[in-house]
Amino acid sequence: MAILEVKGIKKSFDSTEVLKGIDFSVEKGEVVAIIGSSGSGKTTLLRCLNFLEFADEGTITVNGDVLYDGAAETLAKKKLRNNEKLLRKRRLHFGLVFQNFNLFPHKSVIANLTLAPILQFKSDVKAAKKAEAEAKRALKKATDPEEIARIKAELAAKAAHEYSSVEEIRAKALETLDRVGLLEKKDNYPCELSGGQQQRVAIARALVMNPDILCFDEPTSALDPELTGEVLKVIRELKDSDTTMIVVTHEMEFARDVADKVIYMANGVIEEEGTPAEVFGAPKSEKTKAFLSSRQNNG
Amino acid sequence: MNMICAINISFAEVTKILLTGFGETCLLFILTLVCALPLGLLVCFGSMSKFKPISWLMKTIVWIIRGTPLLLQIIVVFYGPGLLFDYPMRSRFIAVLIAFVINYACYFSEIYRGGILSVSKGQNEAAQVLGLTKSQTFFHVILPQVVKRIVPPMSNEIITLVKDTSLARIIGVIELITVAQQIVNNYVILWPLFYAGAFYLIFNGILTLLFGFIEKKMNYYKI
Repeated sequence: MAILEVKGIKKSFDSTEVLKGIDFSVEKGEVVAIIGSSGSGKTTLLRCLNFLEFADEGTITVNGDVLYDGAAETLAKKKLRNNEKLLRKRRLHFGLVFQNFNLFPHKSVIANLTLAPILQFKSDVKAAKKAEAEAKRALKKATDPEEIARIKAELAAKAAHEYSSVEEIRAKALETLDRVGLLEKKDNYPCELSGGQQQRVAIARALVMNPDILCFDEPTSALDPELTGEVLKVIRELKDSDTTMIVVTHEMEFARDVADKVIYMANGVIEEEGTPAEVFGAPKSEKTKAFLSSRQNNG
Repeated sequence: MNMICAINISFAEVTKILLTGFGETCLLFILTLVCALPLGLLVCFGSMSKFKPISWLMKTIVWIIRGTPLLLQIIVVFYGPGLLFDYPMRSRFIAVLIAFVINYACYFSEIYRGGILSVSKGQNEAAQVLGLTKSQTFFHVILPQVVKRIVPPMSNEIITLVKDTSLARIIGVIELITVAQQIVNNYVILWPLFYAGAFYLIFNGILTLLFGFIEKKMNYYKI
């Protein structure tokens, strides 16, 4: 079963239809490259997957669970986007690496990585404590022996449940930082790093959250040409460790080398889809051919 | 003429009297700051609210408060309740404090708003995709960056507040300028007024140094 299934995604901004019905699927461990000229809707598609935009129509399914249904969302009067808890839970299936990194400038590199998981951990602990206190209160009131036994079992199960600790989160963050080769920069601030390093930190930050699918929005477009290599190398290494990825990119060579599947988008539709050999080697659509040749001419 | 000059007052005595007035000035300054800083944030949230009636209401209030003299606002707060509701203000100091807090909260709210708007949208989005809640995003990502940006305009406004406290005397609150004026009237000498000016100058000098220090402290990162 595909890890991600996207069906009939449509999105308009005012009267402009940016996405006109997008269908595709991604298998676990697969790398999908989305290419296309600016304004073709690639970035909007990624933003819909990460719930930064809400599609007007269509469904997003991860591991068989429907995370988003545009029609239902419209019917239920924006149910999901107003339910912060649910939205947060669903969002975490995806990770997103931005074109301009968006690191938190006031946090050190390691704090950038640990901020979200530590906050999440703290609110989990708080919720667990509250639930425990409630169960204990119920236990005092309960008279029925069956009820008492049930609550006691519940409490025992909770006690056995191990919460990760702040130290564990930190250790994992350091390990992830090591993966992108920036362990020695852990205490630096983003402004002290080069663009390539910043983007690698941003990738590590997304990885720490353990997303099912990691999305990249033109991860090298804001970088000097000599810095793109280090970022692409990290993405290649992620592929080797079976990370499922969707990469919106202008780097044709990279798409050809790394992607398992290439999607060419034009004017809000998927114009062509296939293996890199199919799309780059023998494009069927005239539009794809024109796009690829214009890319080659530009070098 | 000789008669009046005969009643003399020493520098030490003037200092002592001015210090009592300065105490009141400081109290007004600190209480205004303590109340107006958080209230300004609330006003700012209100005027940035997506719920239109709230944002219109807040924007109207800010418009009125920033668009009329503080002097007039003090008079309205002090005499208004008595004239309109037959419920006169008991404390002159409280009346001035209320007027100051409302006035400065409105100015602060606009500074906050500018600071919040200047943090890029990407910061918000990055926090969202990492699963931060709205309040976590605000307190852990947006606000620290806002604080860094608003220190210069804030220090400007706070220094103005120090000098604005002298408006309190319009309804008879005894502060630094009031007591200086009393000495001037009683002894027909002008210098205590300038001496009072020196109090403001030194106080603002200390504040300037303090804000410079804060700015430097926050230079550990660039935006």
